[in-house]
Amino acid sequence: MQAKQSVNDFVIKFANVNGTGSASANSMFAKAIFRMGIPVSPRNIFPSNIQGMPTWYEVRVSQDGYLGRRGGIDIMVCVNPQSIKRDVAEVESGGYFVYDSTKPLDLRLIRDDVNYFGIPFTDICLREYTDARQRLLFKNVIYVGALSALLNIDFNVLKDLVADQFKGKEKLITPNIYALELGYQYAVTHFDCPIGIHLERGHKLAKHIEDFDNILMDGNTAAALGAVYAGATVAAWYPITPSTSVVDAFDKYCRRLRIDPGTGKKNYAIIQAEDELSALGMVIGANWNGARAFTATSGPGVSLMSEFLGLAYFAEVPTVLIDVQRAGPSTGMPTRTQQSDVLMAAYASHGDTKHVLLFPATPAECFSMTVEAFDLAERLQTPIIIMSDLDLGMNEWMSPPLEFDADFKYDRGKVLSAADLDNMEERFGRYKDVDGDGIPYRTYPGVHPDKGAYFTRGTSRDEYAAYTEDGDEYVRNMDRLLRKFETAKSLVPEPKIKQSEMETRYGAVFFGTTASPAYEAIEILEKEGIDLDTMRIRSFPFNHEVEQFIKEHDRIFVIEQNRDGQMRRLMLNETSVPAKEKLIPILEYNGLPVTARKIAGMIRNYVTHGNVTPLTRRTAAEEITA
Amino acid sequence: MTFVKPAFRHPDAPLNELGRSRKDYEGGLSTLCAGCGHDSVSAAIIDACFELNIEPHKVAKLSGIGCSSKTPAYFLSGSHSFNSVHGRMPSVATGANLANRDLIYIGISGDGDTASIGLGQFAHVVRRNLNMTYIVENNGCYGLTKGQDSATMDTGSPNKKGDINMYSPIDLARLAIEIGATFVGRSFSGDKQQLIPLIKAAISHRGFALLDVVSPCVTFNNHSESTKSYEYMRGANTDMPVDFVPMRQEITATYDSGATCEVCMHDGSVVRLYKQDNDYDIEDRQSALEATSHYAKEGKILTGLLYIQRDSEELHDVLDTARRPLNSMNEQQLCPGPRFLDSINAGLR
Repeated sequence: MQAKQSVNDFVIKFANVNGTGSASANSMFAKAIFRMGIPVSPRNIFPSNIQGMPTWYEVRVSQDGYLGRRGGIDIMVCVNPQSIKRDVAEVESGGYFVYDSTKPLDLRLIRDDVNYFGIPFTDICLREYTDARQRLLFKNVIYVGALSALLNIDFNVLKDLVADQFKGKEKLITPNIYALELGYQYAVTHFDCPIGIHLERGHKLAKHIEDFDNILMDGNTAAALGAVYAGATVAAWYPITPSTSVVDAFDKYCRRLRIDPGTGKKNYAIIQAEDELSALGMVIGANWNGARAFTATSGPGVSLMSEFLGLAYFAEVPTVLIDVQRAGPSTGMPTRTQQSDVLMAAYASHGDTKHVLLFPATPAECFSMTVEAFDLAERLQTPIIIMSDLDLGMNEWMSPPLEFDADFKYDRGKVLSAADLDNMEERFGRYKDVDGDGIPYRTYPGVHPDKGAYFTRGTSRDEYAAYTEDGDEYVRNMDRLLRKFETAKSLVPEPKIKQSEMETRYGAVFFGTTASPAYEAIEILEKEGIDLDTMRIRSFPFNHEVEQFIKEHDRIFVIEQNRDGQMRRLMLNETSVPAKEKLIPILEYNGLPVTARKIAGMIRNYVTHGNVTPLTRRTAAEEITA
Repeated sequence: MTFVKPAFRHPDAPLNELGRSRKDYEGGLSTLCAGCGHDSVSAAIIDACFELNIEPHKVAKLSGIGCSSKTPAYFLSGSHSFNSVHGRMPSVATGANLANRDLIYIGISGDGDTASIGLGQFAHVVRRNLNMTYIVENNGCYGLTKGQDSATMDTGSPNKKGDINMYSPIDLARLAIEIGATFVGRSFSGDKQQLIPLIKAAISHRGFALLDVVSPCVTFNNHSESTKSYEYMRGANTDMPVDFVPMRQEITATYDSGATCEVCMHDGSVVRLYKQDNDYDIEDRQSALEATSHYAKEGKILTGLLYIQRDSEELHDVLDTARRPLNSMNEQQLCPGPRFLDSINAGLR
């Protein structure tokens, strides 16, 4: 039988039961590979449930440094009998299947093109441990030990990780290392180790990773740190997957970094609000009063926040919102990823509204863009929405280290101090376009005993903030808001454009977490003679470079993770280039991060057949369950 | 009706300790209906702030949507104001207060804004004991959309069309006492003698202070059968007169001392209550709830200071935030700098 052979290049998937402690063992597995200097990208594929349901952990190991999903599974580690049918079916021909052999495997699950490795995990645990909880928890550690033999993971790296993990709980270190050894010993005694697919330290330098000075971090933690560095003092939020860990991490860092050394008091405030409406209301109130404040939520929360987003837009109150997108509509698939809030976020609220969006693609960008969002919000006096997603927010990504300039100064925007007000000859007009950039001057409440007070409202007002129903005044104000949005184009992050080595009239556009698999797909296609220039969009409104890219290409594949091609529609709507025929939607919306193979397949299909047929071929797994 | 506010003020108009006249506490000309109870509440706020020697710019006014929520434009024009969205003023006030604890926060709402669309936010701002004065201008109906019943309309009370309200009313004062408010007063817009000292006491209270002020809607809900009309209130109001003595001012007896009860507040000022037959302990929630329900059963409305908890932890105490306002902090206090980031990076390798 053919057994797959590869070094530092494979996809392994763990099939677990959620709530059994598998997450920390799986994460240790991925981190060990990372510490061996081999690029790795792990992903949790988890249910909206606390205990007892199937959950998976997929790890891509890629010497070349591809961090997106590839597609296909080479090795399946099955510790959950509930999902074993589909798990067996998912393994690619020539792949490997590691399973608990305490009970013999159902003969119907035996494929002749897959290599089976049975390890009696349950038996080992029953023999070694008396406590039910220990039997459950150590099973996870034992399979990691077995994999270290099968895949050639440096055992010392694992030992160090155990020591790191249990810092402060030292008495747990020895039993965990013992459990690793149990698995390791079983594997070396019963199988030829390592197997055909395995790891080698320092094999060759990764193609897409310049040096290995990388970190492994999730986007939500990075965004939270960004908020700390940006000087956010107020966070108001309502729990919702997959955004909850943003404020959790903000809380954690604030407890370390924001306690006044003299008084022991907190230089921050976090409120778990009664709902998302209230969360955004608090953020708006705090920003209005001169503190930097933010909230983090997901699609359903943004829906609820829409009214307030319109108020912040129209009343011109800085606001920072982190939207960690998940699969909608409605409750949708709350633990699956998507990029399907693009249009809602861009136009959230009734009336003519538009919002500034930022699209981070890496944890390093989650950090830097969150820092930037607070400056932009205050500079532009408008909501800034950071469009992350579940894949980026909740999974650990290899990322360049976080950087922060020691001389960085916050841009608090156009705020008049008491002295400014005293030195002003003309009357203060809150909504007056003094500089011609559409951005007016504001004052903080309480700034001056006699000057600078104004009435903030969501109703129409004149330049001096007085209520008016005068149509001309209203139009003047709405047009100024549009002028301000034009100004935003010069302030938001520019797109990243990469020219193909070969001259081409074809291009690809993508953003956020679609970038990694898209770059890989472009390389796959390049080898086949299909050359594409690429543009990674990093913000909305679109600036001149985005328009230019559309102009310069005959066909542009817009790759995104939603059904309706929302970014494509936004581009059609918000650029001056007629491009309806040019922009070809390349879409994935099944809730799992799109794979490089799938993107390459769809583009190849278009190029060779002149049309795009999404690959709807059912997987072998679906055939078995059906 | 005149649309220009006269600029003339009597040259001998009295000044307060800040050297400001009452005029300095006024706002723009009201656009509400002539005779609207809300204008009397605005006037009482002006008097209270003038008498308390508050610097207008140290006040932030907040409101939701509705007739009541328009009124911040009609008092304290020297203060910043935020007219937010319907029923959501509490959240905006919470955020504003977190940003700067040194201002005085006065929220103006109505019965629609608070008891219907905003009931959720109202309940939670009470629970959090946000340091603010929250005035509900309660007229039992939706004025700005022309007279629909609100959730505070009494059962059996007919609206202007003659339809009888069959739903049970929400008594905001009782609700607030129930869920943890630390200062709850009820008054009537037509009773300046009681309302002004109550507003002064509410502003001086440290924590959440609710004033449920029955403020008749002259256009839609002031007919003789309405329980929110001037006529009804003048008959049914069982008022508990209140006097407020700011800190540092000598307390002089005006009534028979046997009938008064003095409550010393957190900042040292004193609320003096003139008790009648309604002898109950206003520092006891249960007693306050029983008293209000006792009068309600008799078809009367008990007004005055209904409940007070003098020493409580307001939101900043609970959160243990810095004494210095959060909005006054800069990079130095807030930004950990690149060196800490190095240690973060090191921990993620």
